[in-house]
Amino acid sequence: MKVVLEHLTKRFPNRNKKQGGFVTAVSDVNLELPDGKLVGLLGPSGCGKSTMLNMICGLEDATEGKIYFDQEDVTNIPPEKRGVGMVFQNYALYPHLTVRQNIIFPLQNLKGDAKLSKEEMNAKAEEVAKLVQIEEYMERKPSELSGGQQQRVAIARSLVKMPRVLLLDEPLSNLDARLRLQTREEIKRIQVKTGITTIFVTHDQEEAMSITDVMVVMKDGVIHQVGKPQEIYDNPINLFVAKFLGTPAINVFDGEVKNGKLYIGEDCIKDIKGISEQKVYVGIRPEGFLINDAGTFHCRLKGVEVMGRDVNVVFTNPNHDGYCRAIIHNDYAGSANKKDICFDLKDNKILIFSKENEKRLYEEE
Amino acid sequence: MKKNNKAWLYLLPAIAFLGVFMIYPLVDVLVYSFEEGFNFASQTFSGVGIYNFQYVLRDPYFLQALKNTFILVVITVPISTGFALLVSLALNSISKFKELFQTVYFLPYVTNTLAVGIVFMVLFKKTAYSEGLINLLITFFGGSSVDFIDGPYWAKMLVLCIYTIWIVLPFKVLILTSALASVNQDYYNAAKIDGTSKWRIFTKITLPMISPMIFYLVITGFIGAFKAYSDAVALFGVDLNAAGMNTMVGYVYDMLYGNSGGYPSYASAAALILFAIVLTITCINLLVSRKKA
Amino acid sequence: MKNNNKVLKFFTYLLLIVWAIIVLFPFYWMILSSIKSYSAYNAEYIPKFFTLAPTFENYINAFTAVPLAKYFTNTLIFTVATTAIMLIVTILAAFAFSRLDFKGKNLLFTLFLSLMMIPNELVVITNFVTITDWSMRNTFMGLILPSVTSVFYIYLLKENFEQIPDELYKAAKIDGTSDFRYLTKVMMPICQPTIVTVVILKAIECWNSYVWPRLITDDSNFFLVSNGIQAIRESGFGRENIPAMMAAVVVISLPLIILFLIFHKKIMAGVSRGGTKG
Repeated sequence: MKVVLEHLTKRFPNRNKKQGGFVTAVSDVNLELPDGKLVGLLGPSGCGKSTMLNMICGLEDATEGKIYFDQEDVTNIPPEKRGVGMVFQNYALYPHLTVRQNIIFPLQNLKGDAKLSKEEMNAKAEEVAKLVQIEEYMERKPSELSGGQQQRVAIARSLVKMPRVLLLDEPLSNLDARLRLQTREEIKRIQVKTGITTIFVTHDQEEAMSITDVMVVMKDGVIHQVGKPQEIYDNPINLFVAKFLGTPAINVFDGEVKNGKLYIGEDCIKDIKGISEQKVYVGIRPEGFLINDAGTFHCRLKGVEVMGRDVNVVFTNPNHDGYCRAIIHNDYAGSANKKDICFDLKDNKILIFSKENEKRLYEEE
Repeated sequence: MKKNNKAWLYLLPAIAFLGVFMIYPLVDVLVYSFEEGFNFASQTFSGVGIYNFQYVLRDPYFLQALKNTFILVVITVPISTGFALLVSLALNSISKFKELFQTVYFLPYVTNTLAVGIVFMVLFKKTAYSEGLINLLITFFGGSSVDFIDGPYWAKMLVLCIYTIWIVLPFKVLILTSALASVNQDYYNAAKIDGTSKWRIFTKITLPMISPMIFYLVITGFIGAFKAYSDAVALFGVDLNAAGMNTMVGYVYDMLYGNSGGYPSYASAAALILFAIVLTITCINLLVSRKKA
Repeated sequence: MKNNNKVLKFFTYLLLIVWAIIVLFPFYWMILSSIKSYSAYNAEYIPKFFTLAPTFENYINAFTAVPLAKYFTNTLIFTVATTAIMLIVTILAAFAFSRLDFKGKNLLFTLFLSLMMIPNELVVITNFVTITDWSMRNTFMGLILPSVTSVFYIYLLKENFEQIPDELYKAAKIDGTSDFRYLTKVMMPICQPTIVTVVILKAIECWNSYVWPRLITDDSNFFLVSNGIQAIRESGFGRENIPAMMAAVVVISLPLIILFLIFHKKIMAGVSRGGTKG
């Protein structure tokens, strides 16, 4: 099922009634989400991603715009008729019902021809329970399950009606770090196995990058970039997207293009073609630094963070507020008395952004 | 969430019942109270004015009821609250049998006021056959017996007060015990480490911590005591005016119904006077508690 | 210091025990008196604290000489019907306030809350007239109707309903659950403890109610136990048959005491959560 959003807009009345007016949560979103893929809606909290999810499932009405599932216009169709399944951040399992009763609950709402017999419901429940691997816990109450197991029950419940679109709202944020890794693989596996178009919302870029086929980066109700995770990471279209993806975050320096060269402070970083002379932001990914005593980029070493496989070299530069981090692929330990550090920079990890509108500035090939 | 007119469907029964049996009567009681010379049989009245209030305020039965109610309030509210505090403190300081005591103390709450009132009457009453248990106790300790049910005014008042306290204490003990139990133990531990004396702990920590609950009990206690009625009926019978033990609520009902009834206008006026008194005292209570807090 | 503590502890327990005796004594006395025979009771100028010849004749008397069984069933019908109707009315209203969105919700709820201040005494006069006008005196309808709404319980239930996370409602909506099914299958089971509390509190209130039944019934066929016991007191067995009267008192007190002994934790928790008597 392809999901298409056309000029989708949501405005809420201002919560502070005295001020009046409206707050725009989602602003003129145009988006086509491909069939059978796992799509991640990514953005900082309050960016409108949950509102968008709620509009897709029908819990919120769109103020303007249309939502299509394939060719069908579902904008004004109530949630239960859209054929969507939804998993909530806190799972929203019914605490007084067993796992089996929770999974069957949506089936019991079916009326008329769609009505199922007890046996059919049970069979369906068993089937999805098997899919998410909770068949041994069918008679337990949610409170007797771990967070991860509750998550699976919630997924099973959302899948039991075989939805056309599966929506997951921050599905991993209530799990501890180790379970999160495991569960996101699980979500990916279930999605691949069922082939249902799945949209999930997260504010955690690592989570989004790791499992999605298509990633949508949002901020302030506006879509900034859509694409495959790696593409967006490598080629962010603006400073916000660049900053939002990647840990440690990209290091942003004040720089300047002059005489066909890119400067950070006094250091000449590289030759530039096709960008006019101007002050710019220079973003350098942490993995773009190579330590070289004869390197062109001069900084002050502050310390080393040992991360296990890699080390983060922490340093400062007068053209950057606070600390910069570089990921170095060896057991560099620094030296106590040497405070100056120089780097060579990988060309493809240097991104240049306009100071005016923070948009990416592209060089000529 | 979508605006939902179905909500009114869910609210309909509640609104209907409240409208008929609560809001309409509120308006109606005001109307009644100003209708002079209302005749219940013919549903007519002769004029509009404050005569009903004047009549009620001059009626010796009403004045008697007013006096009784005030005495009852002034005696039972402080004593029951203070005693409840004492009992709760004692309860809170023990660990053995605590739950048993709590359960026992709560028992009067679930009993029928009328029914147990009769037991009190039997205990306090002097009959031809027996002095009654309480009188026997009194004479045993060297006093002289007195009929608490048909005897002098002070004796009747005393039984009424004792019974009222017995009835209201369970609620107060329960509320104060849970208030005491919810005071964070760390405060006590900290005070103990500082070598604070028990009395100081009580006045400087415990009391301020539970004072909102005490005020709550005082306020509800005032309201409850002003509405006293069925306890008096249980002890002295339906004809409270004859016993000289009527309460304000009793006066309202007697005006409305029974041998002396059929005067909804007087009843309304009396009920409004009662409401005004309760409201005033509650407001004063709230002001005092606000000032202290 | 240690001695001081022991003395304090002694007096603490003394106080508690004395008060427990004062609380329990009336119950003991009514049971004791109820199993003394009429002649034995009246022969005791100094009442005895025990009896060696217990008899059930008073209980038989209580059920035969006065229509105690009738009062009893009346009260049962009244209590069950009032509590059941009240439960439906208050749950529906609480659901609307907690879960549904409609114009004027806050205003209406404020109005409801302000009704909590209105004392029963103020409205009882008109209600008496209303029920009389509707010719509902000496009927169960007349007894029941004015007491089937309680703003306080609506408030209590609404607060409880609101503690159920929104997501549950959203999840149910996506699955096509109707509001009514959500209320009965999800909200009510989850809030069962509060509902039980409300039922218990209302049942106690009904069982003990006196004033309204007294106003609205003068036919002893419709007396509730409170009015029945009052009638017994005034005239029933002849004023002096105290043992029979005590038997009647025991019979009408027993249901609530048994209920209390079974559910004492629930009842006490419910009452301390804001129940008030009267």
